[in-house]
Amino acid sequence: MDGILNALVLLSNFVIVPAMAYGSQLALGALAVTLIYAILRFSDFAQGDTMAFGAMATILFTWVLQYWDVSISPLPTALLALPFGVLCTVALCLLIDRWVYRFYRRVKAKPEVLMIVSVGVMFVYNSVVRFIIGPGDRWFVDGQRFIITAPAFKRLSGLDEGVAFKTTQGLTILTAVIVVAALFWFLNRTRTGKSMRAYSDNEDLALLSGIDPERVVRTTWIIAAALATIAGVLYGLDKSFKPFTYFNLLLPIFASAIVGGLGNPLGAIAGGFTIAFSEIALTYAYRKFLAYLTPGEWAPQGLVQLLSTDYKFAVSFVILVLVLLLRPTGIFGRRSP
Amino acid sequence: MKKLLVAMALVLLASATASAETIKLGVLFGYTGPIESLTPGMAKGAELAIKEVSDSGALLGGAKVVSVRGDSTCTDSAAARAAAERLVTSDKVNAIVGGDCSGVTIAVLKNVALPNGVVMISPSATSPALSTIKDNGLFFRTAPSDARQGQVISDVLKERGVKSAALTYTNNDYGKGLADSIKTNFEKAGGKITISAAHEDGKADYTAEVGALSAAGGDVLIVAGYVDQGGKGVIRAAVDTGAFETFLLPDGMIAESLPKAIGKALDGSYGTVPGTDSPGAAKLGALAKKAGFKGGTPFVPESYDAAALILLAMQAAGSSNSMKLKDKVMMVANAPGEKIYPGELAKALKILAKGGDVDYVGASAVELIGPGESAGNYREILVKGGKITTVRYR
Repeated sequence: MDGILNALVLLSNFVIVPAMAYGSQLALGALAVTLIYAILRFSDFAQGDTMAFGAMATILFTWVLQYWDVSISPLPTALLALPFGVLCTVALCLLIDRWVYRFYRRVKAKPEVLMIVSVGVMFVYNSVVRFIIGPGDRWFVDGQRFIITAPAFKRLSGLDEGVAFKTTQGLTILTAVIVVAALFWFLNRTRTGKSMRAYSDNEDLALLSGIDPERVVRTTWIIAAALATIAGVLYGLDKSFKPFTYFNLLLPIFASAIVGGLGNPLGAIAGGFTIAFSEIALTYAYRKFLAYLTPGEWAPQGLVQLLSTDYKFAVSFVILVLVLLLRPTGIFGRRSP
Repeated sequence: MKKLLVAMALVLLASATASAETIKLGVLFGYTGPIESLTPGMAKGAELAIKEVSDSGALLGGAKVVSVRGDSTCTDSAAARAAAERLVTSDKVNAIVGGDCSGVTIAVLKNVALPNGVVMISPSATSPALSTIKDNGLFFRTAPSDARQGQVISDVLKERGVKSAALTYTNNDYGKGLADSIKTNFEKAGGKITISAAHEDGKADYTAEVGALSAAGGDVLIVAGYVDQGGKGVIRAAVDTGAFETFLLPDGMIAESLPKAIGKALDGSYGTVPGTDSPGAAKLGALAKKAGFKGGTPFVPESYDAAALILLAMQAAGSSNSMKLKDKVMMVANAPGEKIYPGELAKALKILAKGGDVDYVGASAVELIGPGESAGNYREILVKGGKITTVRYR
């Protein structure tokens, strides 16, 4: 019995808890991608760097707050700075929309053109972030780091294995739940949300019924910027902030959005967790886990690792390719990408 | 007659001043990149020796020596080559102190130093590959090869009663070379390396890597990585998940920033870093303190010695030309001759000017063996109360 419990705890420590947190971060990013795709009808490649910009703005405000000795210990100060970070990112997205994307909307540019435009925007964000905060690693989490540490868990439970649950992991999951609930309430219950869905379903019909397209676009950017900032800050808090890793996040985020079906918010969330769990579960070495479940002499000699951890990104890439080949509309399929 | 003598003296003096050249030394370290917290001290160490020689006025009839810095980035070979190319062709340096990390040092040696015939003395490139590389006698290092560090680490592990260890290394020439050497030596001594896995630098999260290491198990985790990069990330993830409690830290991981970043959990971890208890280290410490920096941080003594060796070899060769001075490096570094410690470079220059011989001991007890690399003195360290403390010297 202890063997099974130990195995479960071990798996939680290295697979389930990290994948839940990572999945939540991906889901939030994928939601932003999917919203922009549904309403503005293009794939926003600047997503990863919008997240980096939002996280950077939040870090700057965190430093100011820390300088003033404002803190909400045991929670990280960054949570307090988050609203300011969101405001900055929203302002940036609205400005870029006005200066760049609006022109292409007016001339009714094809989605492919808009997509390439967003690649350009991505490079601009990329440089702006590096210019302001530098390319290095930033570690900005403070306050209580753990809800429960591995040694404390071992002491409490009397098991051989411990599970560490970081404050940032708890916060990530909790925040993701709240944000997703609020977003769905907004889309399904409010007038603006309904007009957004109408616009997404049929643009011409929505225009005929008097929906202001610029207002819908504005609202979309505000929500997408807020989602990106929250995802970026949570990822940075949980792991560490470095502009390049945010650029790298683009692939798993797009994989998440596409697996769930681009344009489908529920799918984005499911996609986020699918990608996160596949990446982590496929690269985990199961030797110790199996050793707990099998009698002594049956314990495997090798690591029982399907893929080296270096291939993490390859996992999301393969899933992306498979979904595009077999079910191009995503698991939940709504609109063909 | 008297007037004639005075005139002759004046002419001689004038010609002496006219012939005193300005010698340039390139200081090629990674001021940006994974060991950027170590390099400022290293550069200051090298420049301290340069200034000492320049101020003495005893080198080649009063030559001035200046340093020109170049950024090797530690990891980007193309950038390092470009920086070295600039040092050699546009700044026209006479020799180079550097590079720092093994990969870029190999790249610079092959592509810039060899074709242009420029001497390089690296204070910190420790890959075993550099022992056998074709260098036309242009490359030396005041750091020992990692083949030696592997031996020392294996001894440390054995003495602490470690029977099995997991090993992870940064995926480059330095990491791979050191990891292989540790594995060979430790297994020869009867220990067991449960896993030897590479990690990539520059990731946000190393939980997955640590998961694999933890599945393999072991009494300690050996992290042959970089302190400002993946190495720190691996340790943080291992501490967070409770996978390992004790870490063995090779030279690339030893900096005060590590206990500061990890905190109490690092107490009890130990490691090795090139260092010596010879009086030279203390003398450099005093000189460095006067100049306003720390002489005890990793590779600072080696950097001082690298610059000093180049300049002493110039004096012995009577020329600042790399092709001439390269044959004198081993001579000034090793016995016989008068022992020279940091702060005594002027004395050494005078002895050499008179045709004497010196045995440069310097700050890191330099003794060049084989293809021109340090025999290797190591400091065993222990992290105690958030500080890096010295256990003993080997």
